[in-house]
Amino acid sequence: MLSNLANLVRYRGLISSLVARELKARYRGSVFGFLWSFINPLLLLLIYSFVFTTVIPNQVEGVQPYQLFMFCGILPWTWFATSLSDAAGSLIAGGNLIKKVLFPAEVLPIVNVLANMVHFFLGLVILVVFLVIYRHAPDAWDLVWFPIAVVVQLLFTVSLALLLAALTVHFRDIRDILANVLTLWFFATPIIYPHFQANVQRFKPFFNVNPFTHLAVAYQEILFFNGPIGHWKWLLALGLVSVPLFLACYWVFDRLRDSFAEAV
Amino acid sequence: MNAIELANVSKVYRRYSGKQFATLKSALLQRSILRELRPNETFPALTDVSFAVAKGATYGVIGKNGSGKSTALKLVAGITKPTSGTVRVDGRISALIELGAGFHPEISGRENVYINGIMLGLSKRQIQERFDAIVDFAEMREFIDAPVKTYSSGMYMRLGFAVAIHVDPDVLLVDEVLAVGDEGFTHKCLDKFSEFRRRNKTILLVTHSLNLVERFCDEALWLDAGRAMAHGDPKRVVGAYLTAVEQGEEQLMAATTEKAVDTSAAAGPADPTSNMFEATEGRWGSREIEITDVTFLGSDQRPAHIFHTGDSMAIRVKVRAKKAADDFVFGVGLFNADGVCCFGTNTYLEEMNPEELSGEAEVTFTIDSLDLVEGTYKVDVAVHKRDGFPYDYHRLLYTFRVKSRTHDVGIYRPRHRWQFSPNVRFKPGA
Repeated sequence: MLSNLANLVRYRGLISSLVARELKARYRGSVFGFLWSFINPLLLLLIYSFVFTTVIPNQVEGVQPYQLFMFCGILPWTWFATSLSDAAGSLIAGGNLIKKVLFPAEVLPIVNVLANMVHFFLGLVILVVFLVIYRHAPDAWDLVWFPIAVVVQLLFTVSLALLLAALTVHFRDIRDILANVLTLWFFATPIIYPHFQANVQRFKPFFNVNPFTHLAVAYQEILFFNGPIGHWKWLLALGLVSVPLFLACYWVFDRLRDSFAEAV
Repeated sequence: MNAIELANVSKVYRRYSGKQFATLKSALLQRSILRELRPNETFPALTDVSFAVAKGATYGVIGKNGSGKSTALKLVAGITKPTSGTVRVDGRISALIELGAGFHPEISGRENVYINGIMLGLSKRQIQERFDAIVDFAEMREFIDAPVKTYSSGMYMRLGFAVAIHVDPDVLLVDEVLAVGDEGFTHKCLDKFSEFRRRNKTILLVTHSLNLVERFCDEALWLDAGRAMAHGDPKRVVGAYLTAVEQGEEQLMAATTEKAVDTSAAAGPADPTSNMFEATEGRWGSREIEITDVTFLGSDQRPAHIFHTGDSMAIRVKVRAKKAADDFVFGVGLFNADGVCCFGTNTYLEEMNPEELSGEAEVTFTIDSLDLVEGTYKVDVAVHKRDGFPYDYHRLLYTFRVKSRTHDVGIYRPRHRWQFSPNVRFKPGA
């Protein structure tokens, strides 16, 4: 297992070119091409703006402009959720490679997570533009935590992606179960409502065991709220837990590895 | 020094029967995940196969479809692991198993060459250096910047082949890929293989082209149903394989002939008005004289269905006359697979005047030298009156096969010789 893990470093050239291919192929043939990476989050932001300022105006104290607050959580969530659903089908979609080429299978889910991470970064550009437009500046010092949050999320997402990719080969149902679990998970995470709401506080233990709570809150504190980041302990704790989680998920993946070529 | 070594390798594929283990739901509901994780059926793709390929050798693997050839190749490539035994490979492998596996249809050939090359273990710079050679080899310069989805399957294949061959492996695994290209490209591939051989690289070739194995390989292995039947000298292995294939065909042909005779017999005396030049199987006649058995005999006087060009062949016909007859003609006709009559004759045409036939009798028609080209032939056998009234007419009911090492064309293969004046010269050997 460890030697396979070490091999992963050797495959970084392969991973990076596959990520590039994924991004290129994604928009190949469309008129706007790569611009869609910006247009998609922009349209999403505009829709939320319209809904939460005009249709159901949200006046929660200290969380204005509301659409920007939501956007801070939705962007990382989209990265997370899309990565997992892509990764779950990645080995089946890449069956040709696994069956016909000596190919490190773990590269496929990892490529999915990384390609979605690039989309996340492009979405951030839109967020930054709007933060500037609304003159809503977060604290500069908090931004130091941003790369840490990204690394933690990356590790956490890759862990789950590997696990799901490996299991989905044998249980195809996982893809459908996953879609529903992700919807539930989204609403169970303080993304479209602030974590300091009374109701959330009442069920605090429940929210605390949800790992994505800590990521969402961390991003919100870093990018949106003023004042020093209060959630860093949770973020680091999640990061620490993610390391054994990653090893465990990779172990499962490695155990199932030999079955892929036959089962996909 | 061996480049590839397989020692007592077995590969068992597990099969889970359809309804069980089909979904997570059923597995969870019945709380039987552990039980059902155990396969209820296994399929041995390879059983206790051992062979070694010396460095620099070209090694051919032959066998019927489903005999485990591709599994063996995948084991060597490391794509699947053996269930038991060990596989050892020395040096960098490139597997031409599926050409262009991993090409992404939406992006250009150029980008796919890079990614495919990286997948096969090249660095970006190495690909840059070889890029022109790859494109030239694939004859794709015009189209290299078009998306791969617009390529024809031949172009796709050529590009895949070009990348794989330029990985410059120490061990090249080839799975029946030469069958797809056009004539010119196939020659180019063969030239490339020769170049590999000259540079002392190891090639493992899985193919149905026995000719290729005989010409190219230093050694060969014949797999049947996952077991190694023979290995060693290619000519000997191919010969053993061909003999076995012939035996299989022989049985098959005997079975089809039997079936044809049975069904036509069951149909009873059929329509005598059938046009006798229409190539449909059948049997008709009054049966006053009945053909009870038709057997092909080889030169050893044993029943056979497979003959080689130039062999002698006898058609032995057993007849039974219900009452003594004084008007009878025995006839034989040979037809090729297209229904073309190759030869037909009867005793009347050959000016034999019938006098008497009674009871059980036997007629043997012998062809001393079966000078036909390779193919499947059908035979008419008949007993009729001189005016053509049929006693028993067996139309195309019997089948035999002619095999030939020369792939000449046509129907008839006359005994022939070539003669040349001294200024025409050919290379010695094959």
